[in-house]
Amino acid sequence: MTDTTSDILLLSIGVIILLVGLTLFGEFMRGRYPVGESNQVVETFIQRVNSWWAIVILTSSAALLGELALLLLFAFASFAALREFLTFSYKRQADHLSLALGFFVILPLQYLFIGLGWTGLFAVFIPVYAFLLLPIVSALRGDSNRFLIRVAETQWGLMICIFCISHIPALMTFEMGDGRSVLLILFFVMVVQFGDLIEYYAGRKFGVRKIAPHLSPKTIRGMIAGVLGATVIGALLSWITPYGIVGAAMMAALASLTGMFGSLVFAAIKRDKGVKDWSHLIPGQGGFLDQLDSVIFAAPVFYHVTMLVWK
Amino acid sequence: MSLPRRLAARFVGHALTFIARFIIAARADWRGIEPVPRQRVYFANHVSNADMPMVWAVLPPALRRQTRPVAAADYWLKNRLRAFAGRDVFGAVLIDRRPEARVEDPMEKILEALDEGASLIIFPEGNRNMTDDPLLPFRSGLYNMGKARPEVDLVPTWIANLNEIMPKGEIIPLPLICTVTFGAPLHVEKDEDKDAFLQRAAAALVSLSDPTFDEIT
Repeated sequence: MTDTTSDILLLSIGVIILLVGLTLFGEFMRGRYPVGESNQVVETFIQRVNSWWAIVILTSSAALLGELALLLLFAFASFAALREFLTFSYKRQADHLSLALGFFVILPLQYLFIGLGWTGLFAVFIPVYAFLLLPIVSALRGDSNRFLIRVAETQWGLMICIFCISHIPALMTFEMGDGRSVLLILFFVMVVQFGDLIEYYAGRKFGVRKIAPHLSPKTIRGMIAGVLGATVIGALLSWITPYGIVGAAMMAALASLTGMFGSLVFAAIKRDKGVKDWSHLIPGQGGFLDQLDSVIFAAPVFYHVTMLVWK
Repeated sequence: MSLPRRLAARFVGHALTFIARFIIAARADWRGIEPVPRQRVYFANHVSNADMPMVWAVLPPALRRQTRPVAAADYWLKNRLRAFAGRDVFGAVLIDRRPEARVEDPMEKILEALDEGASLIIFPEGNRNMTDDPLLPFRSGLYNMGKARPEVDLVPTWIANLNEIMPKGEIIPLPLICTVTFGAPLHVEKDEDKDAFLQRAAAALVSLSDPTFDEIT
């Protein structure tokens, strides 16, 4: 067994012990209600923990299987997120071909570029070439009705769901030797998601002033608690990163903070489209976009700072 | 039906359900009723050829087994593959749409299926809706069924988004999310005449098309 594999196993076992604790806690809370009765908060909590089981098992087995499995996992996450985004975006029949190209050509190509290590093309493919090509395909059908809104919403979907998400597996192109860059992905996803969890529960308990009252229940205290929590977790996990203790703490704080503002942006989009959740595919959490919104926003920033500062 | 044919039909049925659930991400929204084994006629809007498999696939397996779509014989008997799909996979009640040529009365076949205990999926518009209106005027079949078998629930069933997934004339389907919404059941009232009932049924179906209803809670 290599060092990388044993580190992945160690992290997975740590998270699994945590999940076992949360599952037992959920069952204990459920047991306090008489047979035939149930409490909504407890049931939602158990559903969420169950979804976390699925996410953790999928991610850690992909990490153990290696680069190709991780690439496929994130390509599927992109696909699921794009499906949710484009279900609610404004479109007409004239856009049918450009949307199909987004799903079946642009998405696979973007992940192929990462697999081949073509980081130059990976960085410009969607912001430049897809950006120019897809409006041409839509324009050729000759329908000018709300044209700018249509192409803008489509491009936004591609940027968020393909371009941004693909920056997570792109961390594997960072040269660390012994395939250790896979651990960077786990570091990034863990600090952002734990920060979100702390923000959610601390905000519910101690939050006073809301950061954007018309958009989201996020509070200033909740966010501070979340970022601080992510910072501590980042420092504790510094042994799997090339950043050192202080560097890992700062990278975690940066990722967590961008992520939280990212979910604020998504809250604004959902409110604009009149939906509460993007879909119902993950029980208790809504859709893939609801689960990933913070990770999506933080990924490109985390990737570029890693490449610029630590190379 | 021979055993290999029956097994093949089961296999294709499972494959279709898998595709509908995970590739098209079809899901059921039971808004007005629960998915329980009562005898029902699900009446749905009709915009594409994927409508019937979609409703069929989102039903829970126990309900799906006793639910038979009512479909046009001229379409489903055109070749052997379609006949296999229509008769063996979906167990469709095939009716003849040409009044001048047919030898069997469609309503008789439908009532026969109901008396055997089956639930049905029907498209009361008769044809695919190619207009910008949400629904075409309903044919009288739904009213006749409700009148003849008043104990059966008539369930409005709205299929959202399929015209965006596969608009007419396109070849590649888009993998967008498709929601099938089931509303509160209707029955023909005692002195209700045909037009009044069909209007009420159409209104109940269209009212399910509002997507924000269940999303903002």
